[in-house]
Amino acid sequence: MKRALWILAVLLSHWRRHKMQFATLLIGLIAATALWSGVQAINQQARNAYDRAAATFGGTRTAMLVAPDTATFSQDLFVKLRRAGWPVSPMLEGRVQINGRAVRLLGIEPVTLPADVGNAPRLGASDLGSFVAAPGQTLVAQETLADLQEQQGAAPAISSGAKLPPLRVLPQLVPDVLVVDIGVAQRLLNKPDQVSRLLIGKPRGKLAPLASVVGEQLQRVEPNAETELERLTDSFHLNLTAFGLLSFFVGLFIVNSAVGLAFEQRLPMLRTLRACGASARLVNTALVVELVALALIAGLIGLACGYFIAAALLPDVAASLRGLYGAQIPGQLSLRPEWWLAGIGISIAGALVAAATSLIKAIRMPVLATAQPHAWQQRQRRWLILQSGAACAVFAVALLLLHYGQSLIAGFGVLAALMLGAALILPAFLEILLLAGQRFARGPLALWFWADSRQQLSGLSLALMALLLALAVNVGVSTMVETFSRTFIGWLNGRLAADVYISASDNAQGVAIRSWLKERSDVQAILSGGRAETQVQGQPVELLGLPDHPLYRERWPLLEAAPRAWTLLVPGNAAFISEQLSRRLNVRVGDVIDVPAPGGSWELDIAGIYADYGNPKGQLAVNVAALIRQFPQTPQTRIGLIVAKQNIPGLIAALQKQFALDDRSVADQATVKAESIRIFNRTFAVTSALNAFTLGVAGIALLTSLLTLANSRLPQLAPLWAIGITRPRLAAIELTKTLSVALFTSLLAVPLGLLVAWCLIAIVNVKAFGWRLPFHVFPLQLVGLVAVALVASLLAALLPMIRLARMQPANLVKVFANER
Amino acid sequence: MLSIRNLSKTFSSAGEPVHVLRGVDLDLKAGERVALTGESGSGKSTLLHLVAGLDAADGGTIRLDDTEVTKLSDAGRAQLRRDRIGLVFQQFNLIPSLSVADNLAFQARIAGRHDAAWSRELIERLGLGSLLKRYPEQLSGGQQQRVAIGRALATRPSLLLADEPTGNLDESTAEDVLALTRDLVIRTGCGFLMVTHSLHLAATLDRQVTLHAGRIA
Repeated sequence: MKRALWILAVLLSHWRRHKMQFATLLIGLIAATALWSGVQAINQQARNAYDRAAATFGGTRTAMLVAPDTATFSQDLFVKLRRAGWPVSPMLEGRVQINGRAVRLLGIEPVTLPADVGNAPRLGASDLGSFVAAPGQTLVAQETLADLQEQQGAAPAISSGAKLPPLRVLPQLVPDVLVVDIGVAQRLLNKPDQVSRLLIGKPRGKLAPLASVVGEQLQRVEPNAETELERLTDSFHLNLTAFGLLSFFVGLFIVNSAVGLAFEQRLPMLRTLRACGASARLVNTALVVELVALALIAGLIGLACGYFIAAALLPDVAASLRGLYGAQIPGQLSLRPEWWLAGIGISIAGALVAAATSLIKAIRMPVLATAQPHAWQQRQRRWLILQSGAACAVFAVALLLLHYGQSLIAGFGVLAALMLGAALILPAFLEILLLAGQRFARGPLALWFWADSRQQLSGLSLALMALLLALAVNVGVSTMVETFSRTFIGWLNGRLAADVYISASDNAQGVAIRSWLKERSDVQAILSGGRAETQVQGQPVELLGLPDHPLYRERWPLLEAAPRAWTLLVPGNAAFISEQLSRRLNVRVGDVIDVPAPGGSWELDIAGIYADYGNPKGQLAVNVAALIRQFPQTPQTRIGLIVAKQNIPGLIAALQKQFALDDRSVADQATVKAESIRIFNRTFAVTSALNAFTLGVAGIALLTSLLTLANSRLPQLAPLWAIGITRPRLAAIELTKTLSVALFTSLLAVPLGLLVAWCLIAIVNVKAFGWRLPFHVFPLQLVGLVAVALVASLLAALLPMIRLARMQPANLVKVFANER
Repeated sequence: MLSIRNLSKTFSSAGEPVHVLRGVDLDLKAGERVALTGESGSGKSTLLHLVAGLDAADGGTIRLDDTEVTKLSDAGRAQLRRDRIGLVFQQFNLIPSLSVADNLAFQARIAGRHDAAWSRELIERLGLGSLLKRYPEQLSGGQQQRVAIGRALATRPSLLLADEPTGNLDESTAEDVLALTRDLVIRTGCGFLMVTHSLHLAATLDRQVTLHAGRIA
């Protein structure tokens, strides 16, 4: 044991004398662990929230019975099934508006509610009585209570004027949901004796066949291991994970270069230890123990950094998930012990993988091995051929995935294969460029410049790969975001047709506002809209009622349309479908779909397809009058107005005064647009932050590589200095060399990044969200990103260059000094 | 041609001053070949480095022809090495990324004094004709040192400085390399100051100077 500790102490003494190398190793491990753990923390937080949502009184985690064609069905079926021994519990679901805000209303029957519905919030026996008995209770999450601006115990009115039972906070409940007794829900939603679904509990014995009890009126839906929300948000979390992985690998690049250099420098030490009688096993064990100990320390620091990164990003991530998918994620971070263990595990595993080559070399090293001449030329050629071959294989995989892959995972697979292939081919690409430079070089220094750059390639290639990947991701994601931003703003300009938007608190106020507006001469048109919800082929669908007004024909953007599409809409037997829903249902213009409505099936011809960016739900746009005919419970609280620009402020002030409307209930187009753009920007704030992180880590990788290389480059530079090239000139040449290879790398990163953007737009977005954006290239943005990469490279190269320029001649002389 | 007066140099080792040169006086005439010998740590390499302007002296003067080396700036010393001094080291110190041909021409081209005819003659005399396309790593020690000598003499320097140029070579190769060097030095007419441990090789030059404890013995 003592001997092992002594060997470990000898090995550790290396770091005392190479503090910068030690710092590099730790920085690499910390960088690798930090962003990866941060992203995992965010993903875990989101998954917990999805679980909570899914388990809300038997969400998709519970088997259930639903009507195949209609949104609701008679509760007589529930009675029949209970009598036949089926352990079912009824549930009615709908949306209500309170103070102008739409929330989900869930009616449950607590007595028959299955006990085994995941981790659903439970009602205790003592609470049961007050929940069921008049006046009953409305269970609500604390966040929803705050959002509704209500107090516990209050009984707010919904848009129809009916009052909810008193509000009571149930802490485990998911936000944006109100839970009441099913009888109350039937009254509030005006659906007497109707239920949306029947939750199935654990059967005690053998059940009678479903068809023998209710015929074809109900069908069984099995519980999902993955919720709709989880499926929808897959791409978002995959995106975060991809950034985390990228940073992890870049961090490992740093570790690899630091460990590799340390191994080369410690070769004589290892030989001496072996020559002095330390067994190979003991030395190798000590090397592994040393690495694991360092990974443990760095892993803990990385985890702490990861926690802070996650805490900093979580509010924006929560906003993104709310904006994109309607998912409610708490903004406060809570972590499980397995997150800490996984973080430390990934740090240790990463360190071992990054150091594998060096460790294997150490294990195989014979005691009396002598230094072989450094045949860099032959070694480099072999290495380039091997890597290029691997790159071609990876590109082939990308092509196969592109051709045969149908899923979102396949889309990300194409992206990953593209990036890996490009990283592998990078050294060969640079070698060709540098060789061409060498061939055309005039003058000895220029010749040396190119030749030496080629020789440095193997030492710098990992850092340059990191730069390539980080920059390509930046180019790809920035192009996608900019494309999305411009498309979104253009689309918003068309979609926001009205000049003023009003959201009345209930139908009565809606009627009063309309009457009042009709009397005003400054209002050119009143556009009444409405929204209802239903399910089509098992998918939640929003029905959007549009008024028949020329403004919509002029400005509402349609991606595809039948001839005279807007005219077809008026009678009420045609609809426009959102792009994402058309993809999900595989519906084209000219097809017909059946929409379950309270009065039976509503047959709609598809007359057009429109973009509906940012909406997590599928949507059908129909004539508003037809919508109200088919869905009589549709709240008629949404009003749009056409008003001359100069009259807008006066009208809004008058509306607020007359009807006590707050800023959220009445807003002009500019405010709504600004709010939408603010939400959009916040959605992509996370992406920008992760972009900056990865580029930063790539910059650190380049810096550490240059610092480690700088130490080993003295023997190459000293002869040049000895024959009369000054240190500042040498430093300037070295700087130019680094910037040249960084520039070449950046130039390769631009087309790769555009390819990444194309993959994101044409594959990943379509699979994840259901919409496809037009592909645009923004040359100025590309120039800006290349400039940022060059500045990052300049900053990374500056420190080693300043050190070289200021290096004492004594250090350079040491290269030649055999004795003193 | 080379005149050294009262030259001194002190290094610091583990916080303690080490007086490596303690007032060295040495003269070298044009075309003269001098061997500098002495035990390890006597200051031979340090003296050579100071003459080449690779390091700065603490005291005393070094004059090469009409130039006072000790008064030159860093850039001035670099120019001196480029134009008027040839350097050969024990470790060869060739540029690994350049071919033999490029290594040979390197210093002369940097100094702007590339003479194709002289270059051809050097290649022929050094026996490097068949090795021009090879890289340093593909050469033997003797071959690498011949390239280093060719590179140093390609500028036709007025002084060739060599620090243990045969230290890494076997006896027979060492004699061959030194014989070649001597011939080329005679051919160019430059001065030659060589640090060596070998009394046998030192004896083949015009004069031997021995350093002992930082002084000429």
